[in-house]
Amino acid sequence: MSTATYAGVAVELNDEGFFVDPNQWTRDIAVELAKADGIDQLTDQHWTVLEFMRKEYFEKGTGPTVRVLGKTSGVSVKDLYLLFPKGPAKMAARIAGIPKPKGCI
Amino acid sequence: MTKKIVILGGGTGGTLVANRLHRHFKHHRLDGEAVDITVVDRDDHHMYQPGLLFVPFGLAQHSEIVRPRKAQLHKDIEFVESGIDRVDHHGDTVYLENGRELAYDVLVIATGAQLAFDETEGLTGPGWNERVFTFYDITGATGLAAALEEFEGGRLVVNVVDMPIKCPVAPLEFCFLADWYFTERGIRDKVEIVYATPLDGAFTKPTASAKLSALLEEKGIHLVTEFNTGSVEMDDDLQSGKLVGYDGREVPFDLAAVIPMHSGADYVGRSEGLGDDLNFVPTNKATLQTMAKENIFAIGDATNVPASKAGSVTHFEGEVLVDNIIRFLEHRELESTFDGHANCFIETGFGKALLIDFNYETEPLPGHFPAAVGMPLLKESRMNHLGKLMFQWFYWHALLPGRDVPGIGADMPKAGKQLPNPNKEEEAKV
Repeated sequence: MSTATYAGVAVELNDEGFFVDPNQWTRDIAVELAKADGIDQLTDQHWTVLEFMRKEYFEKGTGPTVRVLGKTSGVSVKDLYLLFPKGPAKMAARIAGIPKPKGCI
Repeated sequence: MTKKIVILGGGTGGTLVANRLHRHFKHHRLDGEAVDITVVDRDDHHMYQPGLLFVPFGLAQHSEIVRPRKAQLHKDIEFVESGIDRVDHHGDTVYLENGRELAYDVLVIATGAQLAFDETEGLTGPGWNERVFTFYDITGATGLAAALEEFEGGRLVVNVVDMPIKCPVAPLEFCFLADWYFTERGIRDKVEIVYATPLDGAFTKPTASAKLSALLEEKGIHLVTEFNTGSVEMDDDLQSGKLVGYDGREVPFDLAAVIPMHSGADYVGRSEGLGDDLNFVPTNKATLQTMAKENIFAIGDATNVPASKAGSVTHFEGEVLVDNIIRFLEHRELESTFDGHANCFIETGFGKALLIDFNYETEPLPGHFPAAVGMPLLKESRMNHLGKLMFQWFYWHALLPGRDVPGIGADMPKAGKQLPNPNKEEEAKV
């Protein structure tokens, strides 16, 4: 566990850099997180995915896998990789301030 | 009025729940009435699914792992052989493909998971069942047996397309057995074995993942992580090909064993309000009652509960599910809770196996099962291998008939496990 400051807010992160408390997240924080991950500008499509991930997390307790994201977010898997080149599920989860998607057990 | 329980699916979950419910209501009538139990399945072939792993290596045959479904059910349970068109949960009725309508007081969804081949571009195109196989169905497992026998060297790629899959350890077991198989044939040095997974390690849970990654390395099996298969492309000669990831990475193969994406049954998608986007049934992970309606319950691979899709999970769920169905019919509150208990043998080749035991909260840990004296956990042993082989007998003769096994209950046992000591962790951090 560690603490980092984004957009003036001290945020608690786990060992892999994911938010411990998704309620600490703000859109300003997302912009900074994205920049740190190499995305200079968050487009509308990025925001669609980020908001979808947060909605899924709060409804279901975990973020979706890439495949489910491609089926349900309105953005195809191919486009998801263009938006989040380092792997959509993990990268978008980190920027959306939710824990790493569980995938499966 | 006689109450009717309809169970969709005559696999592991459907069969053991039907038999357990039958035994209960034979001795405890409901308001003086008997309870009718009906099981529906599209065919009469009950497959011992763990046996599929052994077929490609010539260690099991089709005929040894399939028995009639009807014969596994008590004779007083009705078995209907038909596909399912849809469930109308407003009208408490199941519509079958043979035209029959089944009204129910309680419905149990036990139709498992199916292989969604079409979700991966090119998977069933050129090379399918020639150089590209799955061992998750009998056609593929049998075809793979012939292909492995003819294989004289090259790259064997084992690939999981996406999670969740049935028996998440089976692809690893396949790698370990392939290592053993080619060693026995004296051509191990001519075969490169690659395991490509969408996960960021060999397995989902950290302690087991580290142990299994180390085993892969020890056996010279190359691990490719965070690989999301976008398509399968064959070379022009159709003798080799490559898996192409969505991120552009390529994994070439001479022979591929692919575990396709899984989904729930098609009729779930045709039944309004029953399933999620992948046709799995949203289910309360503790009570096993579905979110769709209070008189619909679900068990095993068909649900969306965050437990492994594995026979052991289904077995442990069975006890809880049956108790809750009885409570529901007796207008009592559902109290039984499922803890996510899973127990899996992991075949590691050369007559050895690992055993893992875990639940929603506790990851697989070292120690012994079911208590301090027992089978070694997370450690290769001959005893675990024999346990895995013996399990098939246990499956047909104890698990499906719904008999209780002394010492092995639905709840995960903690005695015997090396549980992490929170104080120690704190010390380690300082």
